[in-house]
Parts: sequence; structure tokens; C-alpha cells
Amino acid sequence: MKSAKKLSLTKIAWLSIGVLYFLVPLLATLQFSLQEGREGYGFGAYTYILTDPLFRQSLLFSFLLALATIVVSMLLLVPTVYWVRLKMPRLRPVLDFVSIMPFVVPPIVLVVGLLTLYQGAPSWFVATPAILLCGYVIHALPYVYRSVDAGMEAINIHTLTEAAQSLGAGWGTVLLRVIVPNLRVALLSGSFLTLTIILGEYTMASLMLFNSFAVYIAYVGQSQANPAAALTLISFAITWAAMLGLLAVTRRGSRGGAEVQAQIGGAR
Amino acid sequence: MTTTSKSGGRRAGLLGWLGVAPFFVFVGLFLFLPSVSLFVGAFQTQEGAFTLDNVRSLFEAQFLNAYRTSILLSALTAVLGGILGGLLAYAALTGGTPRLVRPLLTTFSGVAANFAGVPLAFAFIATLGTTGIVTQVLNSALGLDLYGRGFSLFSFTGLALIYLYFQIPLMILVIAPAIDGLRTEWREAANNLGASPGQYWRYVGLPVLMPSILGAMILLFANAFAAYATPAALTSGQVSLAPVLIGQFFQGDVLADPHQGYALALGMVVVVGVSVALYSLLQRRAARWTR
Repeated sequence: MKSAKKLSLTKIAWLSIGVLYFLVPLLATLQFSLQEGREGYGFGAYTYILTDPLFRQSLLFSFLLALATIVVSMLLLVPTVYWVRLKMPRLRPVLDFVSIMPFVVPPIVLVVGLLTLYQGAPSWFVATPAILLCGYVIHALPYVYRSVDAGMEAINIHTLTEAAQSLGAGWGTVLLRVIVPNLRVALLSGSFLTLTIILGEYTMASLMLFNSFAVYIAYVGQSQANPAAALTLISFAITWAAMLGLLAVTRRGSRGGAEVQAQIGGAR
Repeated sequence: MTTTSKSGGRRAGLLGWLGVAPFFVFVGLFLFLPSVSLFVGAFQTQEGAFTLDNVRSLFEAQFLNAYRTSILLSALTAVLGGILGGLLAYAALTGGTPRLVRPLLTTFSGVAANFAGVPLAFAFIATLGTTGIVTQVLNSALGLDLYGRGFSLFSFTGLALIYLYFQIPLMILVIAPAIDGLRTEWREAANNLGASPGQYWRYVGLPVLMPSILGAMILLFANAFAAYATPAALTSGQVSLAPVLIGQFFQGDVLADPHQGYALALGMVVVVGVSVALYSLLQRRAARWTR
């Protein structure tokens, strides 16, 4: 009894220190963002950001790019993972290996490689966000692969496929109308994760000279401290929204025990 | 029956490769070829002849220092983040804490692990920068002048403090399943056999958790080592890190031989590659207990 009480006191102490470390920078940013002039407070920094056309442009750019990344990743991975699990199980270790390679080749290295290799490529590719999109699909590959693979693991694709086929379904029907609907939760959670990562991605966008959301934040931060603090909190809120979306999706899908997928190499 | 399965099998053989082709072509074009072109470039002169000079110069003071600082910073924040994150996760996830703590902690960790890069750097500038709130409060309330005493957010210590903000949450997320895997039966069995809590940890808890903890720390190391946005956003920093150095090579700030930059990138891939290989080894060992 006594030791249990002592233990919980240490626990409380640990948790409080943790909470402080994580909350103080956020509170400081909040205070910073509300400062106006020497002594006053106000929402000037927020109105400045929200009325800045560059804010909307860069956020829209990153958002659309994230959507495109999600679509391309899913189009590439869902049929591939399905096919490999169904017909070519020997290729699974290869897929596993390929899908951790983006960790081994960090964004800063990948972007240099892409820029070098495609230096002389046609301008419809190099001068448009198409090249950035390709980099982002690679960047998101580990997370999307893990979601899709875990989703396929959870359903019996062999039985589903055979059942659908015996009812006369072709491959397209099997994939689109039988497998994909059953993967809804996995695909949605992978999508939310990708959205979070791409919205915060700075490295590749800045080296490829695109005005993504993170590049815009850095740009504001170079000259205006208070709007930058406001922007920081706005981006924190966006990350929260995406994470809550992820949680809501996985909660509904699996009965309890939903965990936020751990990840490395995100927007660092 | 046999004929259909046979024809199905044959079709899979031909169609099979067609089915996986788009993915592998994509990965080949946008992951492997770019990487290979870097590695080849690292062993070339600007005229295209073979050379070892680029790789050899990685061991010159300027580059070696950047790597050393990067590795030190990543190792320090991996170990500290690993210990602190592990203790926090243990405190929050095991018996006695209110039900609400768990989803709150994992969700917040998910957010904080993602809340990195440029915004994170700004949050810390608002907190511990020269005009940061905590800096000012410490100065006016306690008379403690952080910057006067040699602290700087733009130094190694400052960077470590910032990195921990995403390292600790990542550790919590990675280690949570392993902590859940610690069965209460083991603790009870140890108790019944007369083991003290210390003995339980020494002979049961830690040996079971160790592969997971070490694996998680390696993951944290690779994570910090690859970080570019956070240190790049603190441009006024005097700390030279490997990723930032590579970025400078290709941003037009420096008029330098790109092949030197390729060699730097190759060095990064080697360091991360070794840690990821170690990680998968430990992961296999840790899997024994989470079955």
C-alpha cells in the first residue's frame, strides 16, 4: 500500500515535468503571437496571416500536393500489395525492403539525387510540381505501405477474391468493389498520415524552390516574429486536426486499442 | 478445376509481373536511380573521371566535424529521448493512471512527433530565444540571465533541447507496444517468488524490454540524424550539421563542386543505413516477446 502510493507520486512528478516541457513552448508561442507593440495584446498577427494571399496559396499548394501524393501512392501500392500477397508471396520480402529504403535515403539526400538525375529532363516535369510529387510519393512510401499491408493482413484476401471470382467478377471488380471497400480504414489512416507529413514537409520543397506551406512559414519567420508565431500555432492546429482525423478513423475501424502509428523521418 | 487453376496460375506468371511493374518502375525511377546517380557522382571528378578524392575529403576537418556534431547530437538526443520517453510512457501506461491519460498521451505524441521542422524552431525561439518568454521571465523573476551565462538556442545544447521535443514523443509511440507486452503475471510471479522490485527489473523487466529500447533508440538516432528542416530554420546557428551542409551545397549559397556534395550525401546514407540494419536485427529479437 505504502509503496503503491509512493510510486504514484513519482509518476505524477514525471508526468508533470513532461507536460510542462511540452506545453511551455506552445504557451510561449501563443503569448508571442498575441503581442502587439510594446505592451498591448491583440489578434493583429492572426489577421495579418489570414489575409495574406501567400498563406492561402501556399497552404492550398501543399494540400493539393498532399492529395495528389495520396492518390498516386494508393494507385501504386494497393494493386501491388494485393497482387504480391495473392500471387507472388516470394516478392513480399522485396516489398518490405523497398518500403524502408526511404528511411535510408533521407529527404535531403533524395532531393539532391532527384535534382541531379533529372537536371536536363523536359520542363513539364522539372519545372512543375510533378517532380516534387514523385519525391513525396517516395517519402510517404513507408507509411502508406505499412497501412495498406496491415489492412490486407487483417482481411482474408484469398477468400474474398475467390468468392468474388466464383460470382463472375473480373480483376477490376474484385479490387475496386471487394478489396478496396474492405480496406477503407487502412487506406484512410494511411491518407491522414500522408496528409500530415506532406503539409509539414520543408526539405524537398525548399531545395526544389517550391512555395509550399512549410517554406512559407520559414519565409515569414525571416522577417516577422509575431506573425511567424501565429503561423506556428496554426500549423500546430492543422497537425492536431489531421491526427484527430486519423484517430477517429482507426477508432471506428478497430474496436479499441487504436494507436497512433509511430513514424520517423517526417517533417524534421 | 485443375485446368482453371492451371490457367489461372499461368496467367499470374505473365500478368503477375505486369501487375507489379508500375510500382517497381516508379521506385526505380525516383528512388534507386537518383540514389545510384549520387553514389556514382561521389566517385567522379567534375570532368567525369574516377576519383576517391571526394570520399577521402570527408575526413577533412570541416566535413568530419559536421558529421561528428551530427552523430553526437543524434546519439545524445536518442539516449536522452529514449530514457525520458521510456519513463514517461511507463509512468503513463502502466497501472494506476486514469483511463484518459493513455489516448491523450498517444495522440499528443502523434502530434508532437509530427510537429517538427520550421514551426518547432519558431516555437522554441518564442520560448528560449533572446527575447523568448522563458528567457525573459527567468531574467526578471529570478535574475537568471541565460544568454549572459553562455546558453544559446542556436548552440549544440539548444538544438538538443529542441530535438527532444520530437524525440521523446517518438520514443513514447515506439516503446508503448513493448511496455504493453510486459505481462502483469511476470511481475506477480516474481513477487510470489520473493523478488524485490529491483530484482524484478534487473532479471525480468529490463532483459525483456532491452531489445525494444535499444531498437527504439537507434530509430531515434536515425530520425535525428536525418533532420534538416529544424536546424536549417535556425540559420543563425553556428552548429554545422551534415544535412545542413549538404543543403548548402545545392542551394547556390556555396559555389562548390557538387561531387563533394554527393560524397557528403553518400556518407549520410552509410550512417543511416548501418543504423537501420541494426534496428531490423534488434526488432527481430524483440519480436520474441510480443508474439
